[in-house]
Amino acid sequence: MAKIITMTSGKGGVGKTTSSAAFGTGLAMRGFKTCIIDFDVGLRNLDLIMGCERRVVFDFINVVNGEARLNQALIKDKRVENLFILPTSQTRDKDALTKEGVEKVLDELKKEFDYILCDSPAGIEKGALMALYFADHAIIVTNPEVSSVRDSDRILGVIQAKSRRAELGLEPVQEHLLLTRYDLDRVEKGEMLKVDDVLEILAIPLLGIIPESPAVLKASNVGMPVVLDDKSTAGMAYSDAVARFLGEKVEHRFLKPEKKGFFDRLLRRTA
Amino acid sequence: MSTQVAYRDAPFQLRGANFTMMVLRVSDPRNPNFFPVLSGKIAQAPNFFRNAPVVLDLDDLPAGVPFDFDNFTGLLRNLGMIAIGLQGGTPEQQQAALKAGLAVLPQAKGKAETFDPLAGTGRSPAQGVHNIQAQPEPPAPVPATPAPAPQPEVIVQRTTMIVTEPVRSGRQLYAAGGDLVVVGPVSPGAELVADGSIHVYGALRGRALAGVSGDQTARIFCQSLEAELVSIAGLYRVSDDMDKDIRRRQVQIYLDNGYLHIDPVTV
Repeated sequence: MAKIITMTSGKGGVGKTTSSAAFGTGLAMRGFKTCIIDFDVGLRNLDLIMGCERRVVFDFINVVNGEARLNQALIKDKRVENLFILPTSQTRDKDALTKEGVEKVLDELKKEFDYILCDSPAGIEKGALMALYFADHAIIVTNPEVSSVRDSDRILGVIQAKSRRAELGLEPVQEHLLLTRYDLDRVEKGEMLKVDDVLEILAIPLLGIIPESPAVLKASNVGMPVVLDDKSTAGMAYSDAVARFLGEKVEHRFLKPEKKGFFDRLLRRTA
Repeated sequence: MSTQVAYRDAPFQLRGANFTMMVLRVSDPRNPNFFPVLSGKIAQAPNFFRNAPVVLDLDDLPAGVPFDFDNFTGLLRNLGMIAIGLQGGTPEQQQAALKAGLAVLPQAKGKAETFDPLAGTGRSPAQGVHNIQAQPEPPAPVPATPAPAPQPEVIVQRTTMIVTEPVRSGRQLYAAGGDLVVVGPVSPGAELVADGSIHVYGALRGRALAGVSGDQTARIFCQSLEAELVSIAGLYRVSDDMDKDIRRRQVQIYLDNGYLHIDPVTV
């Protein structure tokens, strides 16, 4: 049975698209047929992060409007088997999304895919609502800072009130917390919220902690999901998060400062 | 954007549109050769005239000559032409036209003074107009090329849309019925659409779709090809499939034998 996962946050710039790309790629690497859909109509970026922007012909909105078939719009990833991307339109706005249209596309995808990952836009308006409405799982992307935590709290409320599962009185959407841009040095200095602080406020299961890493920006700029960079701490942390999502017991890594040697300290190594 | 939503929810859409139509100027409907000659004209290009809408113009009709709209439009229909309206005319003629189910169109301004009935017919002046004397000046029946305008004021000229600012991501420009000229760069995620050709005096980094209504002679010109997608009359190519050696070059893109060509422009 296909599962719909929505990557959402309320706040912008916390790493939803980066996480969607990495998490979706991670699921596909585990052998699950996965499709990542960009719901950020008018501000599409997923295709860039996935490095398939040069192959976009038709998009999600074309399929919603019946102007193209799903298979014409789906882009197959060249690096990972079982991975597909459904880019969105840059020239339209969120009003192009309708519940009926989105449901039609998702129902069709469900027949072929194991996981459908919806990359939500920021905010709690139409685009975000459409992305979370059909969700079975919601991954809440949060940065360890107060505004992000408050917005995550808000979006959790929206999921509990306005999702399809809530409206129909079904089993509630399963919520997972993904803490991104976690900078251990700054947490130690008290400049950032600790994991426990965030968990105390949001009170949902912790799926993963992604350490702040220069590899993320580098990967984004070359159009490669960071999970493919298995040398980077962020890439490894995303792999762990995927494993936890699939029910495996994996210790949280990168939560203790590495023992820094004399030369490291001298060179002020950060990554 | 809210108006667009309203449109989408409405059970209909009411929009303006321009059509190119022929005007039939009738000077002597009583001439027994009128319909035979017209029929002969139509036989030269039957596809062009099939179910063609025509607007009647009775300005050349001598005063006092009666005109039976029902009868006349019926005979036109037999020839496959559909009279849809009357241009100008006297108040009486307009009343009669309305009764016969025709629309009344305003008198065209700055009317063309003369019209060469031989234009585009391939007839030489030597052949003259003698054997088509009774002809009520129909437009040239050349189907392949746009008909020369007997009444230019009714015919919409191809219009060019000129944009002199950078076209940002997410913006969509459509030049209906004509060419689109952009003086400035076109960002990734922007979309240029034209019924005619597209000219970009700057880097083309977005999408460009020329000849979207099917004009296979439309072309795309740009000073630096970095486009995400180019298309002419529905044939497209995404940047992934473009040759490396034409990237960032000044190019023209055109169709030849149903194949999309991207050639550097070398002057």
